[in-house]
Amino acid sequence: MSIFIDKDTRLVVQGITGRDGGFHTKLMMEYGTNVVAGVTPGKGGQTFEGKVPVFNTVADAVEQAGANTSVIYVPAKFAADAILEAADAGIHLIVCITEGVPVLDMTRVYPYVQEKGARLLGPNCPGLITPGVCKVGIIPGMLAAPGPIGVVSRSGTLTYEVVYQLTRAGLGQTTCVGIGGDPIIGTNFIDCLEAFERDPATRAVVMIGEIGGTDEQSAATYVKQHMHKPVVGFIAGQTAPPGRRMGHAGAIISGSSGTAAEKMAAFEHAGIAVMKRPMDVVELIRARM
Amino acid sequence: MNLHEYQARELLKQAGIAVPPGAVASTPAEVKAIAQRLGGRVVVKAQVHAGGRGKAGGVKLADTPQQAEEIASKILGMTIKGLTVHKVLVAPAAEIASEAYVGVIVDRAQQSAVFMVSPAGGIDIEEVAAKTPEKIFRARVDARYGLLPHQALGLAFRLYADLAQARQAADILQKLYRAFVDAGASLAEINPLVKTPKGEIVALDAKIVVDDNELERRPNIEALRDETAEDPAEVVAREANLTYIKLDGTVGCCVNGAGLAMATMDLVKYYGGEPANFLDIGGSSNPDKVVSALKIITADKHVKAILFNIFGGITRCDDVANGIVTATRSFKVDVPIVIRLTGTNEKQAVDILAGVGMKALTDMDEAVKQAVAAAKGAA
Repeated sequence: MSIFIDKDTRLVVQGITGRDGGFHTKLMMEYGTNVVAGVTPGKGGQTFEGKVPVFNTVADAVEQAGANTSVIYVPAKFAADAILEAADAGIHLIVCITEGVPVLDMTRVYPYVQEKGARLLGPNCPGLITPGVCKVGIIPGMLAAPGPIGVVSRSGTLTYEVVYQLTRAGLGQTTCVGIGGDPIIGTNFIDCLEAFERDPATRAVVMIGEIGGTDEQSAATYVKQHMHKPVVGFIAGQTAPPGRRMGHAGAIISGSSGTAAEKMAAFEHAGIAVMKRPMDVVELIRARM
Repeated sequence: MNLHEYQARELLKQAGIAVPPGAVASTPAEVKAIAQRLGGRVVVKAQVHAGGRGKAGGVKLADTPQQAEEIASKILGMTIKGLTVHKVLVAPAAEIASEAYVGVIVDRAQQSAVFMVSPAGGIDIEEVAAKTPEKIFRARVDARYGLLPHQALGLAFRLYADLAQARQAADILQKLYRAFVDAGASLAEINPLVKTPKGEIVALDAKIVVDDNELERRPNIEALRDETAEDPAEVVAREANLTYIKLDGTVGCCVNGAGLAMATMDLVKYYGGEPANFLDIGGSSNPDKVVSALKIITADKHVKAILFNIFGGITRCDDVANGIVTATRSFKVDVPIVIRLTGTNEKQAVDILAGVGMKALTDMDEAVKQAVAAAKGAA
């Protein structure tokens, strides 16, 4: 079992003929993801790698190829409309990899997506992987292995580091989800925790947060009130100075709020085991399973 | 990107908000001329991207043009929170009956723009929020409809009981939202919003922070960038498409990905070292970026050791290795370099580095320990 993506995922790639879109589509196909369609306006009728039909619109991809999930690699200035197009076409899960989407665009897009009943992951996220079954996005497939751990993270390469540590220690994963580092994102920590709590195959969860905002604190409250499975957490940015944006648009300490110390305290208060170093994940998970 | 007060005032003026006259100057003589033109008492305000300008002595009143000139000669060139003052704003000293705060920010918890107003203006709004939260009033804006007239008037009545004054304030709030959206801002505030003894409502100070992701489609806002007000190393980094933030430690860090970069800095601290910087080379792996990164890190004379922590995904380890080799051939790196590479094309990278007698580790923990030890050994 897994969360959000599985063997029934039928993927459409928005921006399949672009440099990044094309590159990662090949990797997703090699991994076993069922890529049923691509979309690039004006290139409808072509095929990608001689196998995947390309359509002009997402609606065509849904109607003619039965796509139910989309992944977006289009440039930032087109990303907001690409998300809206996917939602309008009836896509259930929209994964937006694109980085640099203006946050005011997201304030308009997200309520619309919610009204359409679609789930959005990202923007500015690495996507997700259900090891051994399929991956949507850019997480390197060789890092992950099937197993009982759920992973949810705001980061990209830091997620890879933690998943790598888990896999090396023989602790495989049900699904690894990168929710993205922007101030306004679709799926958040709590959505993932809820799904992992419900997923019978997931036996423990790793949550990787960072400075900025209060999402980790809200997630900690959720864990305390609703979760029965053990959760292990990490917060990046203990040495980050206040008022400076640490790469991710959302990773900024404003005043005294959003600090790593505050978030780690919230984790501890909720009974979440706090990792001091990324490598600690193995020992903490083992002690709780 | 931060805008200067004088730039933010200009944007508010363009949105139709009443802003007192005033002009920006970079020499004491210009300040004197502006003060003469304005007549009467003026305020001279340092234009730097830092809060607490008043407390630092960067905001002063002058009764005569001569006095304004003298004050300007002291403020220009002074440093506030490490930033040198190159420009001052000269404006008439306002007559103040009361001061309020109005602002709009992107609020991540509510996933929308949120207005905040408070009758307790003029001071640090975060302090008001912490100590007297009941004095702050909020309204969430649905971006699809904008700030609705009844929302604006409702907030305005929290500031002024008088209908005429509340209407003036509501009008300002609507226009502030327009300016916020037009600038692609993540924050726009007027603090203080002043009521004059005659009952006029005017914007005395303005602050706008622009979402960096908006700059590509807003060349008019990008043109407001003042590189003299930024850290030179950070300007160089931005031009090379790197994210760099200077810190005070001795271990220079070069990492791919913001989360991993922060975790690397934290681990340096965990093992008893101090990170010299945050540096994210980003996703795409171009050897030139690595060369630029090494130039920026080695320009910091406090750096005693350099740590590469690369987890290859989109970033290819061989590209990073090539960048390191190119850099060390084109300029001398005087401090030890510790390299950790894992992931995409790791093997090729190890071979490239071995060709020039450099070693690469695969374990993050071990690499950080070695870098910290190297920095201490050199100190």
